[in-house]
Amino acid sequence: MINNIAVNITSLSKIYKTGWGKKYKIINNLSLDIKENEIFGYLGANGAGKTTTFKLILGLIHADQGEVTFWGKSAFDFKNRSILGYLPENPYFYSYLTAGESLDFYASLFDMNTKTKNKRIKELLSLVGLEHVKDLQLRKFSRGMLQRVGIAQALINDPKLLILDEPMSGLDPMGRKNMKDIILKCRQEGKTIMFSSHIISDVEMVCDRASILAKGELKRIIDIEEILDSEENLWEIICQTKHFDIPTMPDNEGIIHDVQKTVNGNRTILTTFSKEMAYLLMDEVKKQNLNLISFGPRRKNLEEIYIKSTGQADQKGQKEGAR
Amino acid sequence: MNKIAAIALNTFRESIRDRIFYSLLFFAVILLAFSMVLGNLTLAEPVKIIKDFGLGSISIVGTLIAIFVGIGMVYKEMEKKTIYVILSKPIARWQFLIGKYCGLSLTIIVEVVVMTILLFIICYQYVPEIPLSLFYAIIPIYFEIQLILAVAFLFSTFSTSFLSGMFTLSIFIIGHLTKDLKMLAQNGEDVVFQKFANGLYYVFPNLENLNFKARVVHNIGIPFPELFFSLLYAALYTAVILMLAIFIFEKRDIR
Repeated sequence: MINNIAVNITSLSKIYKTGWGKKYKIINNLSLDIKENEIFGYLGANGAGKTTTFKLILGLIHADQGEVTFWGKSAFDFKNRSILGYLPENPYFYSYLTAGESLDFYASLFDMNTKTKNKRIKELLSLVGLEHVKDLQLRKFSRGMLQRVGIAQALINDPKLLILDEPMSGLDPMGRKNMKDIILKCRQEGKTIMFSSHIISDVEMVCDRASILAKGELKRIIDIEEILDSEENLWEIICQTKHFDIPTMPDNEGIIHDVQKTVNGNRTILTTFSKEMAYLLMDEVKKQNLNLISFGPRRKNLEEIYIKSTGQADQKGQKEGAR
Repeated sequence: MNKIAAIALNTFRESIRDRIFYSLLFFAVILLAFSMVLGNLTLAEPVKIIKDFGLGSISIVGTLIAIFVGIGMVYKEMEKKTIYVILSKPIARWQFLIGKYCGLSLTIIVEVVVMTILLFIICYQYVPEIPLSLFYAIIPIYFEIQLILAVAFLFSTFSTSFLSGMFTLSIFIIGHLTKDLKMLAQNGEDVVFQKFANGLYYVFPNLENLNFKARVVHNIGIPFPELFFSLLYAALYTAVILMLAIFIFEKRDIR
């Protein structure tokens, strides 16, 4: 992977004014780099500011402060959007146009000759599986079919950068799989992809890196591979008993580690971050002659990091609200 | 230029697939047919009544199309969120707006041409010659409709369809009354009313400048410079309003 910077966001801020002169900071001093040819996940709860960030990048709304560049060129200059493909959340199209007419219309907004345009439309209709309905008006399309038109129009100019806003929301399992395949295929073709989601498993599955946004602020940037390789694993022991007395046991270095115990019906679940402690607990299970159900490391996943990051933001928000 | 043409053609396609356009065109045909009935009822020359009523119909129906279709053109794009995809492409906002305007102008040309042909056919039934002099009234009517369309567009960039419709209709009505109001005020002694009427006269477009219907129907000659400057006035007014619309639209956040 080449580590050139594809998208650079520096100190981006946006304030919305409400009716009574009150100001609401929807994006707060956001700085972010997206590397070339990576799939970058943009995670955040509803209302965190994901769509607003995209609208700022696309120039749909004007930033109060900050800069965005694509390969060093200002994103706010409309000409530089020629290398970009965008899929909005719940894409809306002209319902009186057919799928073929729609793609033809969007293609005509680029400097593309008729031959290239027709070839590209044919390829894309085939890629998203809409060839058989290309002459049907979009008003007769289902939600999933519209999403497919959406991804086709985003790819019409064979963009270097794809910005996808919740590309998998509202899709059935097959549709989600197809969308993931298209995203991965785009990466293989050398494209850079930034997509937002609040479905963590989708991000974990396809992204190289992900960022967590909460209340308009960037909380964390995570390298997905680093999580998978992380030493900070959670060890889990499940045994069939209602009573398990955790002895206070120092490990070989004399450190006493925390053990979490959860009793669920007839089962006791013990978790610890220490490998040594986990083995000591296993010895204890043997000593007490308990029926072991499972034992092993449970890797820390993106969901835990996400919940931790957004949870902190919520607490901060509540504290500020209480002041 | 290609991008503006693409937006214009798509807008044209949208408006001719819109039921409102056909409803208004049907209404226009009914009006023209009714002019024949009126013509037959009159003791004077029926063709004059037909021409007068026919030109009035072209003007009213054209204005209604400009208002009904024009007011929704930008607002509807934002409400239906179709604008997001378009403006994410390498197209400037002014290109989008001008494209939309040109598309609607094309729709209005179609309406004016269809009605003109119908009016010519009806007139031909009474006097077997093509009444080319009617163009002296029809061309200014077209320019007036373009101006009203620009006004509808301007409101559409920052206001809802309903309010835009109300505002545009008000400007259409005021535009036809300012000249009379100014004259009325000059004849009176109320200074405040004079200032008010003057204000209206200079701020709002004087649409009576583009009304040559009566003179055309009664074969009163129209000096070419008068016609030329009236059309130039309308074109400049339209251009200024469109520039204002672009200025507002460029500043707007498309949320």
